[in-house]
Amino acid sequence: MAVKDRIPPIERNPHERAKDFFEVSLGYDEERAILEAQRCLQCPVPTCVKGCPVGIDIPGFIKQIAEKNFENAYKILKNYNSLPAVCGRVCPQEVQCEGACVLNKTGKPISIGNLERFAADWASKNQVSDQIKIEKKKNKKIAVIGSGPSGLTTSAELAKKGYLVDLYEVFHTAGGVLVYGIPEFRLPKNIVKKEVGFLEKLGVNIILDIPVGFAIQPQEILENYDAVFIGVGAGTPKFMNIEGTELNGVYSANEFLTRINLMKAYEFPKTDTPVKFAKKVVVIGGGNTAMDAARSALRLGADVTIVYRRSENEMPARKAEIHHAKEEGVKFLTLTQPVRYIGKNGKLIGVECIKMKLGEPDESGRRRPIPIEGSNFIIETELAIEAIGTQSNKLLLSQFKGLELNKWGYIKADEFGRTSIPKVFAGGDIVTGAATVILAMGAGKKAAQAIDEFLS
Amino acid sequence: MNLSNLIVEKKKLAYGIHMFWIENELVAKNAKAGQFVIFRAYENGERIPLTIAGIRNNTFRVIVKAVGKSTYELCRLKEGDKILDVVGPLGQPSEIKKYGNVLVIGGGVGIATIIPIVKELKNHGNSVDVILAARNKDYFVLEEEFTDVDNLYYVTDDGSKGMKGFAHEMMEKLLKEKKYDISWAIGPSLMMKACSEVATKYNLKVWVSLNAIMVDGTGMCGGCRVRIGNELKYTCVDGPEFDGRLVDWESFNTRLIQYREEEKLALEKYLEKVGEPTWL
Repeated sequence: MAVKDRIPPIERNPHERAKDFFEVSLGYDEERAILEAQRCLQCPVPTCVKGCPVGIDIPGFIKQIAEKNFENAYKILKNYNSLPAVCGRVCPQEVQCEGACVLNKTGKPISIGNLERFAADWASKNQVSDQIKIEKKKNKKIAVIGSGPSGLTTSAELAKKGYLVDLYEVFHTAGGVLVYGIPEFRLPKNIVKKEVGFLEKLGVNIILDIPVGFAIQPQEILENYDAVFIGVGAGTPKFMNIEGTELNGVYSANEFLTRINLMKAYEFPKTDTPVKFAKKVVVIGGGNTAMDAARSALRLGADVTIVYRRSENEMPARKAEIHHAKEEGVKFLTLTQPVRYIGKNGKLIGVECIKMKLGEPDESGRRRPIPIEGSNFIIETELAIEAIGTQSNKLLLSQFKGLELNKWGYIKADEFGRTSIPKVFAGGDIVTGAATVILAMGAGKKAAQAIDEFLS
Repeated sequence: MNLSNLIVEKKKLAYGIHMFWIENELVAKNAKAGQFVIFRAYENGERIPLTIAGIRNNTFRVIVKAVGKSTYELCRLKEGDKILDVVGPLGQPSEIKKYGNVLVIGGGVGIATIIPIVKELKNHGNSVDVILAARNKDYFVLEEEFTDVDNLYYVTDDGSKGMKGFAHEMMEKLLKEKKYDISWAIGPSLMMKACSEVATKYNLKVWVSLNAIMVDGTGMCGGCRVRIGNELKYTCVDGPEFDGRLVDWESFNTRLIQYREEEKLALEKYLEKVGEPTWL
């Protein structure tokens, strides 16, 4: 069978979409989904499944789409993944399922992410009710701390098994990075809201505004619950800590995005939380968060330049996001490293940078950037947004005595999330360091199984 | 768990300075001197950090100074209303132990903030002298709660009560005469800066409580970062109290006014809508 071309999703015109926060990709319509699904070779030993952190029966759900059984496709997905509408949008499929697709050898892999999203959106649009099979109530209580991807998954899995789950969140909205980090134009918040609503249907008791460790002591949690899952993420931003970091106009990407996503600052003064609307913005970093910050700044009307110290090849962001950013008009300045912020009356007016060249590969396998002496130059800008990574959030951990951490400050846990305290489990970024939504969900799922075994 | 966030008592202490007692069992049970809460009064409202200024049964107290749209709106709430979101307690508690002679300075709304600290210091057997500073005699909010301190001094900008002058001048006067083991100075940032300079001169440790601009208050955004000596610290999780002698006051004060234009715009639009803020 001849391999047909990959079917592209419907995307909004870059010039139009770069002015608002509505979703960029509209995904597939039925016709496109079926055409793409029909490209799947239905391998007897599917390599794509091995590339999926939660082991979805990928050929299975794709076959259902090809045969127009969209509801069945959704049900297969939902068996493995409680958040298909989210994962279809934000998973890095190119290094997971799609990266493992055999079609890579002869052409373009199946667009598994878009198909997943299609099935989930179709089910939502057609009000397919989730068949909720909840096992007999177990009369055992679990505390889940943090309502990001790992916490949501663990809660859902345990609630289905009949456990009483209290899910604690410190923010005023559940969803973790899905609500404060990932912008509306990439992941509409009503999707997250719907998934959180599903948890409530399962009987999960969501308790917002609680800083566990401060409002509830770890000792009380240990006494009152049969098991505890910690999924508090790696949300504390790092700064390069170069001269001028305190200047007004220097943001962490986390702050910039939280103001926009969680606090809806893009609607200021209709909403109360402000964010600086600038003519010129420099975003520092090459990951997905850098792309999100850059594209958000663009939507607030700025001329945006991404500054990255290696070359575009080494950028950790998804290729699709880099492509989207470029299409919308974000400029890229690679092999460039900021060395100093320049301010006037406490306000940022420029970033001094130095040119870099690539040397030998470092421990990450990427070629190490080396400064070129004497190549310093200044970029004039009103805002600089640092998206250079995050670290372990110590809010809870600083209070949780006896919980062993590794040398980077993350929780020591095995692959099932078991920590140094018998009834305490952990997963997601607070164990691995900043990673992806789907890996956190995978960790949450495994921990839920381990908690079930621990309590059986 | 009673987390109703109900305003069980509200009182105007002075123009634009309002006291709230809020019902929230978890905050009341766990709060220690020096910690703060974050309020979000209504949907699409800002997250506002407020220092906890007292605990009574299942309720805690905060003092709100009306400075912009969000605090104007907060001060408009009445007994029986609810705060949509209350998060806390947050931040590191004050380091309370037996020191010996302690000097505690409260300026403006900071007078209310030092009440739990003074109380705890007394409970730990310290001799506590207190300086209360305000612009005039009408702004000594809750001064009746300082009855059991060892020495109480008043300072006003206009001389309408106590010494005419500023808090740091009274501080220096006392330091010349008496040896203190540690001090606290909490109030407007210019007062805290001036007191920190005096403390440096007399080689006295001074705790200040930094009211940095915050978003989440849980270490997630870094917006409240402040330079303490050579280190970049987050006010929300590492503070809010720091040794004032090490604070980089210049950048701290500049960061406090970073949204001045936006705050002005929001307040103007708000006042157009609600008219004269008669409730302040």
